[in-house]
Amino acid sequence: MTGHAEKAAAFAANESRTHWHDESLWFVRVKRDRQAASIPEWEALREAASAIKTHTLSRLADYLEEFERNATANGIHVHWARDAAEHNAIVHQILASHNVTRLVKSKSMLTEECHLNPYLEARGIEVTDTDLGERIVQLRKEPPSHIVLPAIHLKKEDIGELFHIELGTEKGASDPKYLTEAARGHLRSKFMEAQAGLTGVNFAVAETGGVVVCTNEGNADMGTSLPPLHIACMGMEKLIPRAEDLAVFLRLLARSGTGQPVTTYTSHFNGPLPGGEMHVVIVDNGRSRILGQPTFRSSLGCIRCGACMNTCPVYRRSGGYSYGYIVPGPIGSILAPQRDPEKYASLPFASSLCGSCTDVCPVKIDLHQQLLAFRKKLVDLKVVPLQKRLGMAGLGFVLSRPWLYRMSGSLLRAVMPVLPRGLVYGAWNRWGVQRELPAMPKESFRDLIGKELS
Amino acid sequence: MSSRNAILDSLRKSVVPPASRPAPMIGTRYADPLKQFEETLTAVGGRLVRGGDLASLDVYANAPKVASLVPGVPSRNVDLHAIQDPHELDGVDVAVIPGEFGVAENGAVWVPGEILAPHRAIFVIAQHLILVVPSDQIVDNLHQAYERIQWRPNSFGILISGPSKTADIEQSLVMGAHGARSCTVILVAQ
Repeated sequence: MTGHAEKAAAFAANESRTHWHDESLWFVRVKRDRQAASIPEWEALREAASAIKTHTLSRLADYLEEFERNATANGIHVHWARDAAEHNAIVHQILASHNVTRLVKSKSMLTEECHLNPYLEARGIEVTDTDLGERIVQLRKEPPSHIVLPAIHLKKEDIGELFHIELGTEKGASDPKYLTEAARGHLRSKFMEAQAGLTGVNFAVAETGGVVVCTNEGNADMGTSLPPLHIACMGMEKLIPRAEDLAVFLRLLARSGTGQPVTTYTSHFNGPLPGGEMHVVIVDNGRSRILGQPTFRSSLGCIRCGACMNTCPVYRRSGGYSYGYIVPGPIGSILAPQRDPEKYASLPFASSLCGSCTDVCPVKIDLHQQLLAFRKKLVDLKVVPLQKRLGMAGLGFVLSRPWLYRMSGSLLRAVMPVLPRGLVYGAWNRWGVQRELPAMPKESFRDLIGKELS
Repeated sequence: MSSRNAILDSLRKSVVPPASRPAPMIGTRYADPLKQFEETLTAVGGRLVRGGDLASLDVYANAPKVASLVPGVPSRNVDLHAIQDPHELDGVDVAVIPGEFGVAENGAVWVPGEILAPHRAIFVIAQHLILVVPSDQIVDNLHQAYERIQWRPNSFGILISGPSKTADIEQSLVMGAHGARSCTVILVAQ
């Protein structure tokens, strides 16, 4: 099985494209910094956001019940799904009972997590992702490579070529304005034909029994104000207690994610269209298990802004697909192995532990600490590659025996300079693939101190 | 057991230490909220016009089809109340909509759903958007905004900050993704 390192190496083989990818994301990070700096109380906001999430998680069941009560009073149908299969079945049942064959979707990482699109398509429902970036990757039959910027890995020429084939745009045309206009026309016809709209949920508010969806394009609003049927799918950690809490999170979300003061549209759905129907599907799918783990609990506070990806030196240089999970980057590297420790064992190691993710996280998740904690967990579970486990065991053996450590030191200082390069940088030395060992000193620190003191 | 009860049970089984809610935030106040509103709105691709002279606005004056929800501003070639199906709104050039208040820190205007009746789609389906906001109704930040908003059961409401936009192609900012290609906020004296 190929882990993150192998897939990252394939991505990084194209040096100029890797550099371009790195720069594109850094550009977003710089915009984020500008917005953060424009708010004097930025750090207090992050503190408040973190505290609200911690508070909510401390009584999540109560707030979910409050949400359900108030949503039901608003005329919203509330559904509960233990896992992805149940979520997909519920959504399909709602659509089938309304004879829906054409569905428009706005962005929802949850439905990606549940693989809803292929499930519905196999049952005869045409699903159109309407966020431009998501439509691009859908037409390419790819998953998003970033949770906020789904097509960040593509160049405008790639998209021009795709649109030429799929939408009949001029061959060779790659002007973003021209391509966006073509997509607007194409997707508007999809909105006009759709019989139902599905959205994700940025925030669900217990106090009002409503959900809030943020977009820049307006696709969630097109998809929910034309057809009479609206389905909103949410992971149960999207809940916040009160409407006033929205102020805290909305001030942070777009500033952290894309460096905007707020998204263009912040839509508050507290009920169906007149004469229409609205459904909210609340999904667990492993979240209650995370709640039970103190070390990783705060990862449920994530508001999916993408800031940790934009700043991550590993993500920027390895691309979203190298993670092999629907949420990449630092937060994905904690969430993915929760789902399947063996399959995603390489992800917590796809980090330099520099802590930049933790510094930018708007809800103050201690991302790099959790990545480190997960490494330990994976070693305990014995799902880390044998080479790494043997290496660590060997190192542990030597470091816990001072006499052996001293002896190894003097041995290596004597032997290393005369060993042939082929042996030192052999296939076993993965560390040395792109790094040079420093020259061996003549004396150890212990020797030097000994002399100094004598 | 139903999935609902199974989920709630499994949540209640986790021992999570109690944590209290933080105190409400105050948020930045601006010396001149109106000026800040104008700056932010401009930065997000919108435009501020002081004074209510609609006829002098190109986007309005030359539009073949105008749907207005502002009292005293006539619609043109669109009768919102005669339309049964919101799909028929496709092709409306300009929507003129009253906003309740503006938010200085992010250039957003709050539009309660009741204002949009009979067709919620009008604010997003029109090619261009004109929001009419009383000039003395600009709050500093979102904390103040949410203090003001009245939540009615089974309702809708939206904050709109500038025109519809996307940067999904190589981070190039393009206005007019699905919704309004332009967003003009007109401040009127009350």
